[in-house]
Amino acid sequence: MKFGVVVFPGSNCDHDAYYAVTRNLGQQADFVWHDSENLSQLDAVILPGGFSYGDHLRCGAIARFSPVMKAVKKFADAGGLVAGICNGFQILTEAQILPGALIRNQGMRFICKTVGLETATSASAFTNRLKEGQVIQVPIAHGEGCYTAEAQVLDELEAEDRVVFRYVENPNGSLRDIAGILSAGRNVMGMMPHPERVADPLMPGTDGLAVFESIVSAYASLSR
Amino acid sequence: MSEPNSNALDALLKKHKLTRGEYEKIQQLLGRDPNLTELGIFSVMWSEHCSYKSSKVHLKKLPTRSERVLQGPGENAGIIDIGEGYAIAFKIESHNHPSFIEPFQGAATGVGGILRDIFTMGARPIAVMDAIRFGPLDSLENGARNRRILDGVVQGISHYGNCFGVPTVGGETVFEDSYDGNPLVNVFALGVFRHDEIFYGRATGVGNPVIYVGARTGRDGIHGASMASDVFTEASQQQRPTVQVGDPFMEKLLLEACLEAMRTGAVVGIQDMGAAGLTCSTSEMGSRAGTGIDFDLKHVPQRETGMTPYEIMLSESQERMLLVAEKGREGEILAVFDKWGLESAVIGTVTDDGMLRVRDNGVVVAEIRNRDLADEAPLYHRPYTKPYRTAPYEAPEFASSNLEADLLGLMGSADLCSKRWIWEQYDYMVQTNTLAGPGGDAAIVRIKETGISVAMSLDGNGRYCYLDPREGAKLIVAECCRNLSAVGALPVSATNNLNFGNPERPEIMAQLVEGIEGLAEACAFFDTPITGGNVSLYNETLGESIFPTPVVGIVGLLGTAPPVGMKFPAAGLDVLLIGGLGQASDQEMGGTQYAKQVLKSLWGVPPKLDMEREKAVQAATREVVVGGLARAAHDLGEGGIAVALAEASLGGVGAEVSFESGLRPEIALYHEGPSRVLIATERRAEVEAIAARHGVEALWIGRTVEGLLKIRLNSHEVISVSTDKLHHRWDRALEEALHV
Repeated sequence: MKFGVVVFPGSNCDHDAYYAVTRNLGQQADFVWHDSENLSQLDAVILPGGFSYGDHLRCGAIARFSPVMKAVKKFADAGGLVAGICNGFQILTEAQILPGALIRNQGMRFICKTVGLETATSASAFTNRLKEGQVIQVPIAHGEGCYTAEAQVLDELEAEDRVVFRYVENPNGSLRDIAGILSAGRNVMGMMPHPERVADPLMPGTDGLAVFESIVSAYASLSR
Repeated sequence: MSEPNSNALDALLKKHKLTRGEYEKIQQLLGRDPNLTELGIFSVMWSEHCSYKSSKVHLKKLPTRSERVLQGPGENAGIIDIGEGYAIAFKIESHNHPSFIEPFQGAATGVGGILRDIFTMGARPIAVMDAIRFGPLDSLENGARNRRILDGVVQGISHYGNCFGVPTVGGETVFEDSYDGNPLVNVFALGVFRHDEIFYGRATGVGNPVIYVGARTGRDGIHGASMASDVFTEASQQQRPTVQVGDPFMEKLLLEACLEAMRTGAVVGIQDMGAAGLTCSTSEMGSRAGTGIDFDLKHVPQRETGMTPYEIMLSESQERMLLVAEKGREGEILAVFDKWGLESAVIGTVTDDGMLRVRDNGVVVAEIRNRDLADEAPLYHRPYTKPYRTAPYEAPEFASSNLEADLLGLMGSADLCSKRWIWEQYDYMVQTNTLAGPGGDAAIVRIKETGISVAMSLDGNGRYCYLDPREGAKLIVAECCRNLSAVGALPVSATNNLNFGNPERPEIMAQLVEGIEGLAEACAFFDTPITGGNVSLYNETLGESIFPTPVVGIVGLLGTAPPVGMKFPAAGLDVLLIGGLGQASDQEMGGTQYAKQVLKSLWGVPPKLDMEREKAVQAATREVVVGGLARAAHDLGEGGIAVALAEASLGGVGAEVSFESGLRPEIALYHEGPSRVLIATERRAEVEAIAARHGVEALWIGRTVEGLLKIRLNSHEVISVSTDKLHHRWDRALEEALHV
C-alpha cells in the first residue's frame, strides 16, 4: 500500500515516518508538500510531528489553513485512513477533524522520554494488531501535549470507544490520561507519542511498529 | 575621518575596542583614514572573537591533519571522511557572554549559529551536544540568579534544537564558583553528507551574483562580536540589546532551502552570517577565493527603516546566509527559496580586484581589501609568565569518617547527579538515529545510509586545568577518547572550545598557552587532529577570571550495532577493571570530585597521565567492546572507582567487589587516576587474554548482583548500599537543588 507523509514548513519527523513506513514496514510512501490538493493516489495519510510554521500563534493553528488540509479533510470524509502524530494530532484538532485541543504540558516544559501506553481499544485501524489493555512503550517529545476537551466530549469519546491510547503514568496532565483518540468514523487517529521512533530494531524497542502494521491490516480488509 | 581631535579619536577607538596601534595599521592598509563605517567593519573583523589575534600564534601548534581530514580549520567547520563515500562536518562554538546577559536567547542563538556553520557546508545536522557551566545553584548570594540562568539556557537550547529538529544527544553540566557571573555555554554540532555534497565559503567566479537569503537585517546584535571579547562589568546588563533573537523555524526552512538549492548545482559558494554578519561573510568569502565583492546595501532586505550602512554591515540578525551563484542561474536559486517562503535577493557581484566595496544607493561607503579584513588582523605575541593559581600544592590533612556517606554525597552532588531534568527537555530522539543518547559515556548516532555510526563525547575539567593547564588539557583529551573507546568507537578527530580569561594578563595568557600546548600534544598522540573550534577569551567578572576551561569534543567511528551501555544488565557477570586500580598521591587528590564535594577544597596537581598506557587501555577496551565480550562498559572518570561502580549500578543490578590496595581507603576509592575502564562480562578469560595482548592489566574485582553495591577493601567492607538508595540520591538531586 502507499502512504503519504505530509510535509509542512517546519515538519521535522517527516523523514522518520517515511523511514518507518518504507524501511521498517516495507510499504511504499510519498512525501506530500503542504500545497498539494489531491491525495487520491494515496491509501493512507500521515501528518508527522514537528513544528509546522514554527508553532507560531498556536501549534497547528496555521497549518490547518494549508491547502493540503482541505484535501486531508476530503480524504478522511471519504473514509481514508489518516494518522496524526504529535504535531499532526495538534493540526487535526485545530482543523476540527478531531475534537478537543492540546495545550501546554502541565509542568510547562517540553518532555522527551519513553512512556507506557495502554491500548484502550483494539477496534481501530491503528490498533487492530494490539490487544485491549496491552501496554506498549513509546516515546513522547512535546511541549504542548496536554489533551483537553469539555467533559461532555470526553464522555462521548469514552462511550463511543474512541480513546485509542492512555498514558500509564500521565506525563503532561492530559484529561483522563488520554494519549490518542479516534474520529467518529474511526478512520482518523491522533496521538501525541511517536510510534515511528520505535519501529526499528536498532531503536530502543519496536512497539510502535504495531500501529503501522495495524494500518496495513485495516487497509487490506478495507480493499477486500 | 575628518580630523577628529585626539580625545575624540580615543573615545571612538575605545567604543570600537581598537587600540591606537591597530588604528595606525588600518590607516596604513587603507593608505588613508577610515570612515566610520569602515572603522566599524575593521573593529568587528579584528575583534578577538573573529580574528583570534591573541591565540592564533599558539593555535598553529595544534595538529590538524590525518588521512581522514578533508577540511581542517579555516572553514565554517572541519570535515572528516568516514568511509563509504560519506563525511561528517562538526564544530563547537561558545555563546558565553550572550548567555549571561540573556540566557534564553543567548543559548538559543548559540545553537542556531553552530547549526548554520554545519549546513552551510552542505551537511545535514544530525546531532547537537552542549557543555554548560554555571555558578553554584545553592550559592547564598547568587543561587537564585544561577538557577535562573541554568533554566534559561536549558530552555533556550530546548526551544531552538527541538523546533529545528536536531537531536540533542549529550553534553555535560558543571557547577563551580568560578562560573558564578560568567556561565559557559559551548554548543557542538555535527552533520553528515556525501563527499560530492561538500560546499565551501568561497566567492569564486568573477561576475557571479552574490545572493542574500533568509531573515531581514535589523538593528539587533550590533557589535556582538566585540561584546563577546569584553570582560564583564556591572554595566554588562545594559548590553542586552546586543543579544540577538533566534527563530528556529526560519532556520529549519533555511536548512531545507539551502540543501535544496545546493542540489540544483547552481551554488558556487555559501557562508552563514554569524558573528559580524554581512561584514564577515562577504570579506571571508572574498578573501578565501582571492576575489572582491561589490554590493549595494539598497538590495539588502531590511526589517527597519532608516538603517545606516554602519548598522547594516554590523548587524548580527540571525538566520541569514550569503550565497554566490553561477552567473545566469540565479533564477533557479531564487525559486527554491521562494518555494520555502524565504526572502532572497541578488545584492552584488564577485569582482577581480579583491576589494570589499559597499555601496549605498550606488555611492561607495566602504572600500577595503577583503584580505586586510580577514587575514591582516594584528597578531599578538602576548607576554606570558607562569599560569595563574592560588591553590596550595600541599595536601591538607584528610581522612574519611564514613566512606559510604561520601559516596552518597558524591552521587547527589550537582556535578555527578542525574541531569535527566535537563536532557528530558531536549528532543534527543528525533531523526531516529540515536543509538545511545544522554547520560552515557558517549553518545552514538547511526548514519542510516551506511553501516557506520558516529560516537561523540564532550569533556572539560576546569579544576584540573586550573591546577595545571597543560596536564589538565591532556587529561581531557584522554578522558574523551576513553569515553569513545568504552562504547567501542575509534577516536578520529577533535574540535575544541577554549574558554579562558583575559589574555592581556600574562598569568592568564600562560594558562591559554599551556592549555593549547597540552591539547596539541595529546591530540597528536591520540591521532585526533583538531579540525576547528572556537576561542572565548575575557571570561572574567569584576577582575575574577574563570578557571581555564578548554572543552574538547571528540568524534569516533564504529559499525552500526546495538550499543553496549554503562549499566550492569544482569546479575552473575564478572566485573573487571581494564587498566587496574591505578595510583594517586595525596597531592593528586586535590582536583578530584572528592576534594570538591566532600572536602570543599582544591589543592595539588591533577592525576598523572601515562599516554602510552592510556592508549593501550583504550585499544584493549575497544577490542573487548567491539568483539561483543562486554555486557557493560564504563570508563572511570570523576569520582573514581566507587562512583563508576555506583553509576553502573543505577539500573538496579549492582555488584559485590573486593580488592586490595596499599592506598588509604578514601584515595583508593575516589582517586581519579586515568586509564581505567570497568567491564562486565560473561567471557572473562577472553577479556583477560585481550588485555594481556595489549600489555595492560584486567583485574577481576567481583561479580554483579541484584539490587546491591558492596565494596570490600583489604578485606573490610567499606560500602554496602542498595541500588535503590543510590538511584534515589542521584536521580532527584538536581530538581531539589533547582527547587522545581
